[in-house]
Parts: sequence; structure tokens; C-alpha cells
Amino acid sequence: MRLFGKYLLILFKSQMQYRTSFWLLTFGQFFIPFSVFAGLYFMFERFGQIKGWDFFEVALCFGVIHMAFAISECMARGFDMFSSLVANGDFDRLLVRPRSTVLQVLGSKFEFTRFGRLLQSALVLAWAISQIHVEWTFLKALTLLFMIVSGVFIFTGIFILMATMCFWTIQGLEVANIFTDGGREMAQYPLNIYQKWVARFFTYVIPFGCVNYLPLLYLLGRTEGSSALYALTPLAGCIFILPCLLIWRFGVRHYRSTGS
Amino acid sequence: MITVSGISKSFKVAKRSSGVRSAVKSLFRREYTEVAALNEISFHIAPGEIVGYIGPNGAGKSTTIKVMSGILVPDRGTCTIMGYTPWLDRVAYVKNIGVVFGQRSQLWWDVPVIDSFELLRDIYGVQENEYKSNLKLLVETLDLKDIIHTPVRQLSLGQRMRCEIAASLLHSPSILFLDEPTIGLDAISKLAVRQFITTINKEKGVTIILTTHDMNDIEALAQRIILIGKGSLLYDGNLNTLRERFAPSNLVTEAGSSINAPSIDDIIVQMYKEYQIT
Repeated sequence: MRLFGKYLLILFKSQMQYRTSFWLLTFGQFFIPFSVFAGLYFMFERFGQIKGWDFFEVALCFGVIHMAFAISECMARGFDMFSSLVANGDFDRLLVRPRSTVLQVLGSKFEFTRFGRLLQSALVLAWAISQIHVEWTFLKALTLLFMIVSGVFIFTGIFILMATMCFWTIQGLEVANIFTDGGREMAQYPLNIYQKWVARFFTYVIPFGCVNYLPLLYLLGRTEGSSALYALTPLAGCIFILPCLLIWRFGVRHYRSTGS
Repeated sequence: MITVSGISKSFKVAKRSSGVRSAVKSLFRREYTEVAALNEISFHIAPGEIVGYIGPNGAGKSTTIKVMSGILVPDRGTCTIMGYTPWLDRVAYVKNIGVVFGQRSQLWWDVPVIDSFELLRDIYGVQENEYKSNLKLLVETLDLKDIIHTPVRQLSLGQRMRCEIAASLLHSPSILFLDEPTIGLDAISKLAVRQFITTINKEKGVTIILTTHDMNDIEALAQRIILIGKGSLLYDGNLNTLRERFAPSNLVTEAGSSINAPSIDDIIVQMYKEYQIT
């Protein structure tokens, strides 16, 4: 963990070599989700509510998922851009260093400009929290925190999965965006507004439901049955990363035996 | 120190033929050919040796280096280096080696060299006093004092190569793999790099395996050469023996007594002809 901090420091120094582009990109990243959020706001302005969800409840969903997405784009950018690492052979370099490949890939790139997006979604989240009708308890606050953490794990997991594909294809796969960008767009609303199969897919296959919909029910006190179970769902979302890491190890082994 | 026995490795290469039609066809179905990159390579290297590993382009030099540094797993054969099998105990093993890929940088492009060195210190977990004494030695012998605070992207190729070599020695490895360390360097930098390689070999007893196309490198550095071509080991031994073997015939064919001993390049070309690998 300390080493990861060191990696960050050197990447930050590199980034600071290009200050103008840093500020422009950060500024841009602040306004991209802002326009999406504005769309959300005007929609609620017109319709009042969607399937019994009011504006601030959806805004909470939005804030959580966008924060998680921003954090994982910052941290796991190395996996997102992994194809270049394989294509130009720099992955060989990582293999002759005495550290885990996951740590080194994470440390290979860090997208500081995503702080703009992070800030914007944090503001939305803070606004939603202040306006929503919830009696906050310690456990509920903890659940909210874990919703974000769980989201980070899931997005990172998807980035890792798609990076693993590069061992076979060398080229980056835009197909990943279906699950990252697509998943983000879907999961910024509570899942029950969608068709059943969509909701199921995003609960059991890629567990975005564990990030916001299920624990949100708990926060709002709308659970049926045991509420503790709903409070624990974000932890289940975190588990998503484990099979991803296993597949990653399999990919590394494949790379080392074929040496593409 | 290093024992390689019977290493074989083959790659699958997709067959490609020209033309749009076959390009479209290859989108759906591909035919592969097996290309043997290494074929039953065996050798032994003792501690403190400098070995020149040579062969034409595509002979399998880099593949051997990759196997020995734990990047690639061979199809067959065993390799024991300092008691480790490189591809099995990767993390424990690579602490003991340094690798320089001449064509690829290991330094962080946008920051001063010293920042890269400090990060490498943390990656390898080098003790502070060991790091300091190593750094001092490297800065002195490689003459890095004036360039160590310059961002890597502003360095010349020769300056960068000196930093690359320093970077791979910060953790005091016992073995150093140099894959074309003098590629693209001017005469002065080449000499500096060669001199430094001799120095660390003598003073710290570092075992060095070096691939190169520059026969002057070999002449200046390696007592022993290993020659491979098309994945097979062709010659392993002393440079002078090799010279003697090829010198007489050379003198006979070229009538005239004042001809000097053939240069290394001549010998290599002759060997390639003899083994039919060009």
C-alpha cells in the first residue's frame, strides 16, 4: 500500500509536467456528468417521480455510482489502458520486478483528471443526503460508504476482466464500455424501473444491484424481511473482484507461455 | 550459477497471405504455423563470467533472455539459476537479477532520473544505506552527476542508456542481463558503457550475459561467446579458439602473408555460412 502511494507520487509529478492539459481535462471531467445530471433534474422537474422514486433518491443512486466510477477510473486506469502495455512490450518489464502484477499495473497509470468527475458526483451525493428523508444511523452511514467501495470493486473488476482479454487480442476492446459506461448509465437509476431480465443481469452477473438498489432499499427503510441482509449486500458486490483476479492470473500465465 | 538444459520453445504464428480476400478470410478462420524459437538449448555459466550471446536477428537471443529472466515459460527443458527456476519463483528470483532491454526504457519518462531510482529502490525494497552506497558508486563510475536531476525525456540516448544500466543495478543483483545495451550509441557512450560493464564485473563479481550485434562489444568484453542460429546452439566457447579455427583457412585462401587475423565480423559471417543459417 505504501508502495502504491509512491507510484502515485511519481505519476503525479509526471502529470504536473503538463499542467494546462491537466486543468482543462479536469474541468471537462467536471462537466461531463454535470450535463447528465442536469438531464436527470429536468426529467424529474417534468414528471415528478419514476415508479415511486423521487428526485433525491435517484440523485443518491446517481452520486454513489458516479463516485465509484470516478474513483475506479482514477485508480484502475492502468487496466483500462492495458492494451498499450502489452502491445509495446512494457509488460515484460513488469514481470522482471519483484512485485505482484496487479499492483504494478495499477501503479502504471493514474488518471488524476478524473478528480473533476469525482468532485461533481460528491457534490450531488452531498446534496441528495442533505435533502433525502432518511434517519441516519451509524450503520446506515457505513452502508452508504460500502456502497461506494463496492462500486469501485465492481468497476475495477470489469476493467481487470477486459484487460485480461488483451493477452489474447493485444488490442484494447471497446466492448468493455458496454459494461462500464453502460453499467454506470443503467445503475444511476434504481434497478426496479427496468425490465426484470435487465435487473437480474445487473444483480447476479455484474452485481451493480448490490451497489445501490438493494442497499438503497435498506437506507430508505423499504425492505421486506430481514433488513440486515440488505445492509450487507454491498459486501457481496465486493466479492465480484475475486473471480476477476483469478481470471487475471490465468491470463498472465497464458501470456508467459505464449509470449505473444 | 546458471544451468540451462534442453530448453525448447515454439511460437504459434498466424499464417497471413496478401490480398483483401484472404485478410477477410483470416478474420474468421486462421491457420497457424509452429515456429521453433529455441531448440534444445543447453549451457552452463559460472559466477563472475561475462558471456556474449550472439546470433543473427530472430535467432532466439531475446527469447532465451526472456526465459532466463522469468518472463516466458519454455515448452520443455529445465533452467536453474542460483537455485531458482525463473518462471516458477518469479518474485523471489527477480530480486537477484537486473535486466536492461536496450530498446525499451525502464525509467519514468517525464520525471527526473533520481525519482525513478527512488521508486525502484522502493519496488525492490533496497535498504537505505545499501541504496546510498550503490547510488554513489553508480553516479561516480557512470558519470551521472550532471544528468540525474534531468527529466528522462530530455536525455540523449547515450545518457539514457547509462541511467538504464544504473537503474538495473541499484538492488545489487548478482546477474545482469543486457539485451543490446549499445544499440544506437555513439562511440564515446559505447566505450563508457563497455568500461563500466568491465568494472562492475571485476569489482562486484556480477555475472553478465550480453546480447549484441556489435562485435566490438564482444571483443572488448566477453571471454566466452555462445552463438545461436535458428534456435539452435552452434558454438559455445572461447573467442580465441574460434579465431584460430577460422584464421588458417582464411590465410590460405587469401594469398599474401601480410593479412591480419580476420575480424570478428568475418568469423561470424563464415560461421553462419558454415552452419547455413543466413
